[in-house]
Amino acid sequence: MINYIYQLVNPQFISVKYEDTDIDDSVLVRPRYMSICRADQRYYLGQRDLKAMSEKLPMALIHECCGEVLSDPTGTFAQGDRVVMIPNIPSVEQDGIYENYRSGSHFLSSGYDGFMREFVTMPPDRLVSVKGIPEQTAAICELLSVAVHAVSRLDKAAHQYRNTIGIWGDGSMAFVVACALKAKMPKTKIVVVGKNSRKLSRFSFVSETYLTYNIPQNLMFDHAFECVGGEGCYDAINDIIRHIKPQGTVGLLGVSENFVSIDTRQVLEKGITLIGNSRSGREEFLEAAKMMSSQKICRRLGSIIYVDEPVKSIEDIHRAFATDLNTPFKTVFEWRL
Amino acid sequence: MIYGAILAGGSGTRMHISSLPKQFLPLDKKPIIIHTLEKMLTCSRFDAIYLGIHPSWMSHMTDLLEKYGLDREKVRLAPGGESRNDTIFNIIDEIIKDYGEIQDDDIIVTHDAVRPFVTLRILEDNIEAAIKFGACDTVVAATDTIVKSHDGVDISEIPDRKIMYQGQTPQSFNIKLLKELYSKLKVNEKAILTDACKICVMKGTPVKLVQGEISNMKITTVTDYKIAQVLVGGIKESD
Repeated sequence: MINYIYQLVNPQFISVKYEDTDIDDSVLVRPRYMSICRADQRYYLGQRDLKAMSEKLPMALIHECCGEVLSDPTGTFAQGDRVVMIPNIPSVEQDGIYENYRSGSHFLSSGYDGFMREFVTMPPDRLVSVKGIPEQTAAICELLSVAVHAVSRLDKAAHQYRNTIGIWGDGSMAFVVACALKAKMPKTKIVVVGKNSRKLSRFSFVSETYLTYNIPQNLMFDHAFECVGGEGCYDAINDIIRHIKPQGTVGLLGVSENFVSIDTRQVLEKGITLIGNSRSGREEFLEAAKMMSSQKICRRLGSIIYVDEPVKSIEDIHRAFATDLNTPFKTVFEWRL
Repeated sequence: MIYGAILAGGSGTRMHISSLPKQFLPLDKKPIIIHTLEKMLTCSRFDAIYLGIHPSWMSHMTDLLEKYGLDREKVRLAPGGESRNDTIFNIIDEIIKDYGEIQDDDIIVTHDAVRPFVTLRILEDNIEAAIKFGACDTVVAATDTIVKSHDGVDISEIPDRKIMYQGQTPQSFNIKLLKELYSKLKVNEKAILTDACKICVMKGTPVKLVQGEISNMKITTVTDYKIAQVLVGGIKESD
């Protein structure tokens, strides 16, 4: 069957690739709602370095997506079921190594076509049911799964104290990490540090929020997450190092195109553990979907979503990416191509 | 009920390259008509899909359905007619035989077998428009200037391109409405019908426009066929 794949060929230039896709024993999924990630936006705007752009393009963008099952020869899902698709395609299993870090694993929308397609074929283990969850919210399940992954890894690696955990950043990643943290460690005091007071005001469910230039000198955390990325990484990581207690663990989630100088003297002196986190696997998707089935969490996540007009043409794709530049958190749209 | 109708009554004389009707020519790994049928089967809203096939090619079509694992309950064959509209009404007769009298809200989505690039979006939009408005046609805005000539020698008129569209398929209808309008046409009116939408237009019934795709091309000539092959990955030596 002929599939339409909407590929980014050059920055802000999208072209359709027509492909005779074999269905075989795969589950056939029609993408319904998509969410734009900062990584998609970087490719779209051409903000990745030229080498990465030339190696990875052309490819279809988007790895956050809720879809509808059209057919499933394996019998795992029924026609019409709503599912989220796991963009990580793992290589052979390696004991003790998460599927998203295994060498040979690949990621749809990073060198391989993402979900901007007419339909997607997936093995059933790369799909997770989101029955009962609004599709617009389910579209950001991948983002929440990354937060779940980061919180789980910190929980496994860190010492036993969980009194106060700091989150640096006031964007979507920080918001979902705060949500995951609140769900997984309800007794922990969550403190969020950001630059934008209007965005910080959305974090109504955390204990305290501070602007970066106004952090009390005596404020200390057991552990922390860095969800800033970009040029802000330097200040965020070094602020965390300054305010973290000895032997604290830091979960890093912000992506930076440039190298970041870190005060390693303090890292050594305090015995700090730094954990890098990116992407997620099936286990975290299942946990994220379960978390979203709580109406309270689902509503909380819904509060950061801006639902743009449906995408019915390539011009609409450009419009959605332009809208995303002016929305404070997540841009979600119905996929009607 | 929502019925799909794939129109493949033709005998392929315009291709001049093969005695095989064009809908059976290979496109990448499968015959064109199989690509079209697969796409319609993927649209979960269809209750049944009928293939209107030239009687001489019925057994060939049956073999293809078996070969590609598409010989399903949902897929049914109907004899193609002399004209496009004859094929559509043959299919409606088969629907009545299989499912009983047509109900008020029954819809038929008619589509050319030789348009394998139809998208799920176009099919979904057709179904919605047919349910809501009773009749719709898939079109793209004309890019070439349309020139009108009554004698084929001189230009009679150059209509404003802004209001010109090129008709594609699917064309979709409320079946009861289509039957009723067709029954009201006189013999001379029926003789000049080129497609099913014209039945509605001649009787003053509005036909809504559904946005098509340039790529939803009709594979009619050798050039079309070559373009289609290139679109899905190039012409192989064996082709």
